[in-house]
Amino acid sequence: MQISVSLQYLPILLVAGIVFIIGVAMVTINKFLSVKRPYPEKRVAYECGLPPTGQPRHRFSIKFYAIAILFVVFDVEAVFLYPWAVTFDQIGLFAYVEMVIFIILLLVAYFYAWIRGAFQWE
Amino acid sequence: MWSSLPSFVAVYPETILVVVASALVLLDRVVKFKDVFTWITLATVAVTLGVVYWTVGTSFAFSYAADSYALFFKTIFLLVLLLATLISPGYGRVVGIHFGEYYGLMMYAVAGMMIMASAKDLVLLYLGLEVMSLSVYVLAGLLYSDMRSLEGAMKYFLLGSFASAFLLLAITYIYGLTSSINMEAIANYLGTHGLLANKALLFSLALFAIAFGFKVALVPFHMWAPDVYEGAPTSVTAFMSVGPKAAGFAAMGRVFLLALGTAKVGWTHFLIPLAVVTFFVGASLAVVQTNIKRMLAYSSVAHAGYAVLGIIAGTKEGMSATMMYLFIYALMNIGAFGIIILLRQKDFLGESIYDFQGLSKTHPVAALLMLVFLFSLAGIPPTAGFVGKFYVFRSAFEAGHPLLVIAAVLASCIAAYPYLRVVMLMYMRPPEKEVTLNLTGYLFTSLAISLTGVLLFGVWPEPLIHFARLCCGLAP
Repeated sequence: MQISVSLQYLPILLVAGIVFIIGVAMVTINKFLSVKRPYPEKRVAYECGLPPTGQPRHRFSIKFYAIAILFVVFDVEAVFLYPWAVTFDQIGLFAYVEMVIFIILLLVAYFYAWIRGAFQWE
Repeated sequence: MWSSLPSFVAVYPETILVVVASALVLLDRVVKFKDVFTWITLATVAVTLGVVYWTVGTSFAFSYAADSYALFFKTIFLLVLLLATLISPGYGRVVGIHFGEYYGLMMYAVAGMMIMASAKDLVLLYLGLEVMSLSVYVLAGLLYSDMRSLEGAMKYFLLGSFASAFLLLAITYIYGLTSSINMEAIANYLGTHGLLANKALLFSLALFAIAFGFKVALVPFHMWAPDVYEGAPTSVTAFMSVGPKAAGFAAMGRVFLLALGTAKVGWTHFLIPLAVVTFFVGASLAVVQTNIKRMLAYSSVAHAGYAVLGIIAGTKEGMSATMMYLFIYALMNIGAFGIIILLRQKDFLGESIYDFQGLSKTHPVAALLMLVFLFSLAGIPPTAGFVGKFYVFRSAFEAGHPLLVIAAVLASCIAAYPYLRVVMLMYMRPPEKEVTLNLTGYLFTSLAISLTGVLLFGVWPEPLIHFARLCCGLAP
């Protein structure tokens, strides 16, 4: 009995193993099989076909992070709205009220960001 | 299909807090006279307290109960919010945090604490914990131009998230064992299935102990406390040294005594060593501090160690003693922080214990108040701190832990030294610095409430004891 319970999960382990092997194989086999004819231009980092203009690791403005956080507001909203909308006719009025409350709370956050000027770039 | 709406009565207090907090946050730009926010917060505390008492006995499905146990803790949280709001305006004007978001965040945090105290469902408990913690992380970092505040907030955030992960893992194990997240269902399952020798259950108990240990700052999970207490704005330190701690104990009581009550032997194995280490390390490290906020941080670590004794006792008596202890701790600790705030000026921190030198000569009343609060923290009669300690120790003794109580009494002897050192500096040394007080009407009210509570419950603790016992389901 004990063993069969553990065996139920064996396929998951197998899938995980296969995925891992394929992933590693794709990276390593390429290294062995590919034909290598390097020349200087090929070794330069690819930047839209243009010569590189600078290092990629410079500091980004904090404003990008504010935008990213704002995105989360809508992202989470969508994540919750979708399953709610799919099962709407089964879960009824209670879930509707809950969702309205949830959206109002998100709107508070949205308006707060708006009032504090998160949408003004300068 | 369209099921009728359930009754929302049980969550009215939390709803009020969240609605008002959101309004304060949105209105901050419009209102120029910021004291309005203080008044609104005070009014909300009064209204919420009324609603909390009015909604006792209601529940929200099976996962949320506004029972008398939650009632007591919600009273503590609202008392903390009241006192923390009253000490804020004068200090907030000096350091520049006197605005709507500050009060809004405190209310959000209190709403989270209330959810923790009422939750009978482990996932809901986690949710309340996160609402509370996220608000307090932001509050701790409000002075973002001060590196200490930023450092504290960052440490608190990282270690707090770590602790949340422990809590989630503990819940996962419990769910795996009992296939339920409802505390009563878990208690039933454990009562009938006798899993007590199960290794996974023991592991889960240890994880719960660690997660709550982080939240209430038990040694060795206290590392964040001194830095956060020192760095955070003093009014926030006062708030978070009591509020989240009480909420942690509320959750601990529900989880350990209700859900895992049958596994008591298991979790006392983890909590007893934690408690012993906590009150000895907390007391000893408080001795060497010269910053009074750090000193009070280590003292709050030690106090968490005493309060946990009531949980270790595992009886309703013990839990009611812990609850009473937290109530008294709220009064005396915020009182002591109120005096620190009283000394704060624009160009004077008033955080070194040597700033208190000779205070009795320059400001005798302030020194006397500090003396009362420090005596209460040390547990010297006739202050309330003594009563709180006495009942916690007694409940642990009656539950059959005499050695533990002896250790706690020894530790509280060590813990008296840092408090008495400040008293000694205030009364037996000549003043060195020019200290001016930053007294506002709000701060005066807060200190008056704290002082009244500390002295009143010190000489006449019956009402509080009865109330706590009643809320734990004991006949008075």
